[in-house]
Amino acid sequence: MHELSIAMSLVEMAQEEAERISGQVQALHVRLGPLSGVFKDALLSSYEMASFDTPLQGSQLVIEDVPIVIYCSQCQVERTVDSLQWLCCPVCSTPATQILHGKELELTSLEIVS
Amino acid sequence: MTQEPRLVEVRKNILKHNDVIARGLRERFREQGVFVVSLVSSPGSGKTAFLEKVLTLLSPHHHVAALVGDLATENDAERLARSGAPVRQITTGTVCHLEAAMVQDALESWNLGPLDFLFIENVGNLVCPSSYDLGEALRLVLTSVTEGEDKPLKYPTIFNSADVAVVTKMDLAHAVEFDEATAVANIRAVRPNMQIFKVSSKTGYGMEDLLNFLRSSRVGSTEVVVSSKRS
Repeated sequence: MHELSIAMSLVEMAQEEAERISGQVQALHVRLGPLSGVFKDALLSSYEMASFDTPLQGSQLVIEDVPIVIYCSQCQVERTVDSLQWLCCPVCSTPATQILHGKELELTSLEIVS
Repeated sequence: MTQEPRLVEVRKNILKHNDVIARGLRERFREQGVFVVSLVSSPGSGKTAFLEKVLTLLSPHHHVAALVGDLATENDAERLARSGAPVRQITTGTVCHLEAAMVQDALESWNLGPLDFLFIENVGNLVCPSSYDLGEALRLVLTSVTEGEDKPLKYPTIFNSADVAVVTKMDLAHAVEFDEATAVANIRAVRPNMQIFKVSSKTGYGMEDLLNFLRSSRVGSTEVVVSSKRS
């Protein structure tokens, strides 16, 4: 359960940013890929714990799921892959060696009031 | 009066702090010509026995050392020290994985210069270690024949984060009716084209191929530094 330490990093990053521009964070927008190794629900509940008793308590964590996108060397085109258990081109079944998206674990933006 | 919030763009990797430290470590390892290999697997898949064998076989010809991560106890470090290689234990307490900062702390005041190989054994866990870069040049994921064939399908992320898979306890394959073809297919379904080694730490089966691979990977990655170290 490493989501708690990730949630704590999130709180720290958001708070630093809020202090820098002297504001109060209302929401955090995060992009999360299935290959990041982080489980969405665990991150959401960890965030509540990590933000408790900090200036971020009560702020909302908004998680955008990022699909896995591969570059198929056979079709020479980007394709979205649905299954982590079958990292192949969904059209021609060529194994995917280039993963373009899906590892994201990124704080993209903050909603801040001053 | 309620105020409309404004959207402030941040665009930062949440593990940036870890990644920055890992990058620094990788640079340090490269400069000092030490090839760093990390090991991840579930608890009980034979990481320590495997590492004991690797250290023992490599140490007559190379300078090797190991860092071992565990929640508690120094048992693994004591076992590995029997190989004669310098070993340090990282006790993580309740933390289920190693982070780059723990590796950095454990390496403090350690002169890496004379080392050819440094092995980092992660905490036995197939979930959490996948998110953390430790600055290693090569990550091995171990899976034992006694765990069955479907571990890669259940834990695809860790297999995807690793460079090479090692199937351990091959001496027990027959007894547990291990289906090698299915295991290989499952590994390659979650990590296409992944290189796979099959070994037995007990009998030594497959170890020579693996060691040759480690040696050639090291030479490939640190060619310039290696030659200067030898001269």
